[in-house]
Amino acid sequence: MPFIPHTEEEVQEMLAAIGAASTDDLFDEIPASLRLSQLDAIPTALSEMEITRLMSQRAQQDGQPVCFLGAGAYDHHIPAAVWQITTRGEFYTAYTPYQAEASQGTLQLLYEYQSMMVALTGMDVSNASLYDGASALAEAVLMAVRANRKSKSKRILMPRTVHPAYRRVVHNIVRNQQIELVELPFDPQGGHTDPAVLEPYAGEDFAALVIPQPNFFGVLEEVDALTDWAHANGALAIGLVNPLSLALLTPPGEWGETGADICCGEGQPLGAPLSSGGPYFGFLCCKQAQVRQMPGRIIGRTEDLDGKVGYTLTLQAREQHIRRSKATSNICTNQGLMVTAATIHMALLGSEGLERAAAASYENTRQLEQTLTAIPGVETLFQRPAFHERVVTLPAPAASVLRSLAAHNLLGGLDLSRDYPELGEAILVCATEKRTADEIAAYGEKLARVIQLQGGVTCGLVPKE
Amino acid sequence: MSNVPNDLKYAKSHEWVRDEEDGTVFVGITEHAQEMLGDLVFVELPELGATLEAGSECAVVESVKAASDVYSPVSGEVIAINEALADAPETVNQDAFGDGWLFQVKLSAPAELDELLDAEAYTEVMEAEAH
Repeated sequence: MPFIPHTEEEVQEMLAAIGAASTDDLFDEIPASLRLSQLDAIPTALSEMEITRLMSQRAQQDGQPVCFLGAGAYDHHIPAAVWQITTRGEFYTAYTPYQAEASQGTLQLLYEYQSMMVALTGMDVSNASLYDGASALAEAVLMAVRANRKSKSKRILMPRTVHPAYRRVVHNIVRNQQIELVELPFDPQGGHTDPAVLEPYAGEDFAALVIPQPNFFGVLEEVDALTDWAHANGALAIGLVNPLSLALLTPPGEWGETGADICCGEGQPLGAPLSSGGPYFGFLCCKQAQVRQMPGRIIGRTEDLDGKVGYTLTLQAREQHIRRSKATSNICTNQGLMVTAATIHMALLGSEGLERAAAASYENTRQLEQTLTAIPGVETLFQRPAFHERVVTLPAPAASVLRSLAAHNLLGGLDLSRDYPELGEAILVCATEKRTADEIAAYGEKLARVIQLQGGVTCGLVPKE
Repeated sequence: MSNVPNDLKYAKSHEWVRDEEDGTVFVGITEHAQEMLGDLVFVELPELGATLEAGSECAVVESVKAASDVYSPVSGEVIAINEALADAPETVNQDAFGDGWLFQVKLSAPAELDELLDAEAYTEVMEAEAH
């Protein structure tokens, strides 16, 4: 049943009024090649019972593996109250809060969210969220190109230590706007972006430098030096951060002499379940000077005529419904429900709870690293300080090792060979606060066994790049 | 009808031009334009030294409910911008033809001034829009 409210009779009446013989006639200026008649990829409808059966089968196939996989989405503990409150009808069914009179609850929640993000990042302003971390970085890049009026180049310095999927998304979103992404190599020993690699670019025209912290390898970048280099060379500094790490690390607003100008990232670690990769949400914060170039919604706090506090959308002139094709963003404006969960999550944990979760994740990852590198032939690739992820190299093919671990109901990490073939048989591992000492020990035992079975060190056939 | 000074030239897109007769002009938006927009909250001006082409977008005036592009009525180089508008955009509402000027241009094609509207012709444009 199509969800179109018109009856056939009404459709005929409207067509008669327009003077078109049929709906097809009405749209005949659209070439036939562009018109979809059948959606071949969409299967036929199933009943609720059939869907339930299908989804149960699929869920069983997934199993409930122990997760040592991070790489942009993290298996953190989410208090039960978070989604219990988030799924209350008042939050769950609320739609775009354009009508402030009817949306004070949603607006206040978004305002609280923005306040928390500003506190966490050390920036001046936060928007009400974006689609996800990768598109938030793309929006930050577009925003920097608009905001940096001294720069004429539309060039962006993008370290290779930025999440590969993010780099692909950014490329796809900005390439048709003549924005050039210049890749910066990473230090093969440290796994970080050595500020020295920027020297050849000194004095050139760049709109912005992207600074991931921690970077895709989990490694901490020299954010102060990178931020100051950007500012000394007329570029804006865009921080790409894991929000949970900010409970322990210096926030982007305090990097270098004057802080980053824009910061963005993936909000999933703040209360969103892994959920097969989404929905998550992206966050975007900036300094006051850039606020008019910020895409998405911003909620402001004001007073009505009676002096009562009220919340409302502010700076709307930049938005799609007013600025049309010249809006600061035309992707999507907000992931309201995810932000609701994140706000409740942060409110429940408080700054101390976030700090404990971050510290426990850091500690568990250190334990994991020690356990794994005790196995002959397993090495930590990058020695520099890291947050809660590490790259380790294996004495056996990474892909088949991970496959074997998966058969043992264990997600061992991410095979880096596709995106970073130069690293050899390397995997990215992660242990959040949810991983127990027993689970970490069990991972070590299983990995040792798998490597032994696959002939790793004993047969001497270490795969070479 | 709003005030339309006789000593200025106008563009159809509601900008005014004051000829300084030294090869430079001041540019702003008309009283009528600011009335249509309502209370201005932000003005984005061109960069000092920017090269403008007649008819091209060069500034944005933003009110509480709308944002509107400003088109340069003339070609040339921006030699001054009204810095005071950064903190007091409402000056455009209060004194569109005076203190609310937007930028000053050194003309690269002075003949363009002859193509602009005089007060009478601009008044006709306003009246036509009102119907």
